[in-house]
Amino acid sequence: MHDITNDICRRVEEKPSLSWLLAFGFSMLLFIVGGISLASTWWYGIGVWGLNKTVGWAWDITNFVWWVGIGHAGTLISAILLLFRQKWRTSINRAAEAMTIFAVLCAGTFILMHMGRTWLAHWALPLPNTYGSLWVNFHSPLVWDVFAISTYLTVSTVFWYVGLIPDLGTIRDRFVRTLEENPLLPTDTPAERKEKLKKRRPIAAFIYRILSFGWEGGSKVWARYEYVALILAGLSTPLVLSVHTIVSFDFATSVIPGWHTTIFPPYFVAGAIFSGFAMVLTLMLVTRVVYKLEDYITMEHIELMNKIVMLTGSIVGIAYITEFFIAWYSGVEAESYAFINRAFGPYWWAYWAMMSCNVISPQLFWFKKIRTNLVWTFVLSIVVNIGMWFERFVIIVTSLHRDYIPSSWTYFRPTIYDVGDYVFSFGLFFVCFFLFAKYLPVINMAEVKTILNSSDEKAREKALAKLKAGAEAMKVAPAYDKGNDL
Amino acid sequence: MATKTAEKKKYLVGIYDHEETVVNAVKKVQNEGVKIEEVYSPHPIHHIDTYIGHPRTRIPIAAFLFGATGTILAITMITFMMKIDWPMIIGGKNPLYPPTMVPVTFEATVLICALGMVATFLISNGMGPGKKEFMFDRRTTDDKYALVVDLDKNTKSVDEIRQILIKYGAETTPAPRIVEKDA
Repeated sequence: MHDITNDICRRVEEKPSLSWLLAFGFSMLLFIVGGISLASTWWYGIGVWGLNKTVGWAWDITNFVWWVGIGHAGTLISAILLLFRQKWRTSINRAAEAMTIFAVLCAGTFILMHMGRTWLAHWALPLPNTYGSLWVNFHSPLVWDVFAISTYLTVSTVFWYVGLIPDLGTIRDRFVRTLEENPLLPTDTPAERKEKLKKRRPIAAFIYRILSFGWEGGSKVWARYEYVALILAGLSTPLVLSVHTIVSFDFATSVIPGWHTTIFPPYFVAGAIFSGFAMVLTLMLVTRVVYKLEDYITMEHIELMNKIVMLTGSIVGIAYITEFFIAWYSGVEAESYAFINRAFGPYWWAYWAMMSCNVISPQLFWFKKIRTNLVWTFVLSIVVNIGMWFERFVIIVTSLHRDYIPSSWTYFRPTIYDVGDYVFSFGLFFVCFFLFAKYLPVINMAEVKTILNSSDEKAREKALAKLKAGAEAMKVAPAYDKGNDL
Repeated sequence: MATKTAEKKKYLVGIYDHEETVVNAVKKVQNEGVKIEEVYSPHPIHHIDTYIGHPRTRIPIAAFLFGATGTILAITMITFMMKIDWPMIIGGKNPLYPPTMVPVTFEATVLICALGMVATFLISNGMGPGKKEFMFDRRTTDDKYALVVDLDKNTKSVDEIRQILIKYGAETTPAPRIVEKDA
């Protein structure tokens, strides 16, 4: 267990490595460049985007749905796999949960941007106001979305932080022990003092003390903690399903051909899990190499995640085909046209990019050699996320660009601001993720220790030997040693 | 029996290496008539709190009550805003059409249940940002288990209790030591 603590805490205690600094620096660059684009969008208004009177939703909502989808895997891993007692989740849940929070933050920025007048964002909340008693419309799926996304962000953050508290306690105690083991004494020589000052980290001890909330780890606290984790998992499970269901209602409750379908909720949820797992794979493969966590994120984890990607990818593939079938079977001409236009209209390239990335590529995971190959996994995880971005783009833009009057048909092209704002979200996501990976434990130490204890035979034998030695010691038990007491 | 000073209480702390040893010790030490105050561990140990005799946690009851509060608040809020304060008839539909109330009611239930339950957890454990911890042994957040005995609540002598702790696997070097804590 001490090795686990050492392995995980070492990254927090060490100075940032060159690879971390480079990665963080690049993320900051994206954040700043994207930030300039975002500031321009706010300054000039969303007219700088490629939107027009026919295509009123395009990149912003595509990015929003894409990021929310990515944000689904974390809670799925922590909550649903916890309820199913899938112990393999312990190595990846912490980073996946962090990814969830950062992804939902990025999604939130697109909603704020899309509002145009971001400073009036509070109008989406049911707050008392001076415009007569003008409340929000609770029949609108956009209001449901406000509640769903904000609840999801809050509950995910709380779930993640509660899980972090015991590990923050571990880090705090390591810093405090270093302080206690290296006290500054008046008798110290300058060399000794210099050496001690090098080891002592009082500011880090202070910060982690604040963050660890006074964690002590008594059995009573652990019992409550386990109940809290279990109930939060129970709450998060329907929550995670509800969030993307409600996101899909944004489209499904409208009367736009291509959006108005009852298959949207399960189809969106499966797609969210699909893209979320792909993003977890991308990030975990990088983290695994950079932090040398091969003992924790094993090939078994990667293979299991690849199987989930394959399953959800297949569900998404079936959903695409079902949509086509229903469009034809419904006999509604506008509906049929929307789907033929998707596949063979001006945006055919986006449609076929989506089909090949989402339907064909995950099928490669049927081969064990591919799903246990790190390079294949890494490449395919990125391909899946590109495909899932195209899925949202196809649903949103191809359903809008040819509306009911051919004179208003148009072709949406993104501007540099559309791209820049998307770059900003990447910057925000990776800045947050790299800060998390450096300053917080990326693996849930307490949970890994629980599993290790129930499976480590050697440690068990050693403990039993010690128990016998304890009984032996009874015969020659030490006398009351005052020097040993405080 | 140890004497109690005005402000300080004395505890005997036995350190164990393995989960199985400490669970065994908890059962056996109590059979020998020693009352255990608490066990500190780097990870949760199932049911050890009940072996010690701690009452079952009531966190689930708090969670249910907070969840119910969320449900009631959401229904009241929607009813007030959509029907009472300013009836909104949109598309000729009933302002209080129940299916449209489901998403917001569900989200409010989950939100208030989660926040309320976590607040209860923190308050009941005396935890919060910046709260100073009292650690009987800082290794218990790393790889050791501490079995803590309140000397005031036991009639056996320190030596006797110490030997019982060692008999069931406590570290002998250093032997279980006395730690003072503010009463």
